[in-house]
Amino acid sequence: MSSSPLEQFKISDILSLHIGNYDLSFTNASLFMFFAYAIIGSFFYFTAKKLQTIPNNMQSGAEVVYNFVLKVLNENTSGKGEQYFPFIFSLFLFILTLNILGLIPYGFAVTSQIIVTFALAITVFIIVTVIAFIRHGFHFFSFFLPSGTPWFLAPLMIVIEFFTYCTRPISLSMRLAANMMAGHILIAVVAGFIMMMGVAGILPISFIVVFTGFEFFVAILQAYIFTILTCVYLNDAINLH
Amino acid sequence: MDPVSFKYIAVGLMSLGMFGAAIAVAMIFSSLINSIARNPSAESKMSRYAFIGAGMAEAMGIFSLGIAMILLFL
Repeated sequence: MSSSPLEQFKISDILSLHIGNYDLSFTNASLFMFFAYAIIGSFFYFTAKKLQTIPNNMQSGAEVVYNFVLKVLNENTSGKGEQYFPFIFSLFLFILTLNILGLIPYGFAVTSQIIVTFALAITVFIIVTVIAFIRHGFHFFSFFLPSGTPWFLAPLMIVIEFFTYCTRPISLSMRLAANMMAGHILIAVVAGFIMMMGVAGILPISFIVVFTGFEFFVAILQAYIFTILTCVYLNDAINLH
Repeated sequence: MDPVSFKYIAVGLMSLGMFGAAIAVAMIFSSLINSIARNPSAESKMSRYAFIGAGMAEAMGIFSLGIAMILLFL
């Protein structure tokens, strides 16, 4: 094979810009993040320009998404997290659009880059920790000791709970990146078989068709799981346990 | 045996990680079907939790797949 399946993840500069030691180029990843921003922004801008009491089609679509994310947030934070709704809404739509844009042919899957998902996950982690400190002060550390543990287990429990808390951004980011990367690599590897098999190449093609449908489902599901886990961590910060 | 063949053996061993993920997802959905059979009105709520749990359990298997891909191509 002359090209490996990992070539689709290569970040290439579109406009090079190097300031000192920093590489601030506009890459294909930045281009697709800009597309996601343009799609989401223009959809909600043109929908909300003329709001009607009885919604037309586009406004119904926007209301469905809005109510869905609001329901997810309120159910997981038992109604107390509604002030953080803009953050959760932007997060959900951004990840959903980036996941789906990656599945378009010749599209670049931005969320398959571990650095992008790690930036999102560490942002969520820092925001949730800061919210917990603002609301509870140093009482936040009682989160690491579940009520009802015997006294001799307490030091061990604190250490275990602390490490579980610190691996949250790692698991959150790796789940999204690995799911996206695995799907794209599988499509690339099976697509490599098509030309090799001649007439029987119809089999890899039909597998790719069905698998791309599955990948759309996984893309939406992973965006939903990221959002719902963010709401669960927010709930941990707002209502300690 | 040269290092390259060891690499391929390691990739083959890594793919056994999906085994645990498959069993976990099957157990989650089996309990979902059981609970819907007992209480059909709770279907929408249960399905949501089932998908969340399946996504998180599948992620563990996907971690091992990611390591296999890294071993194979990097």
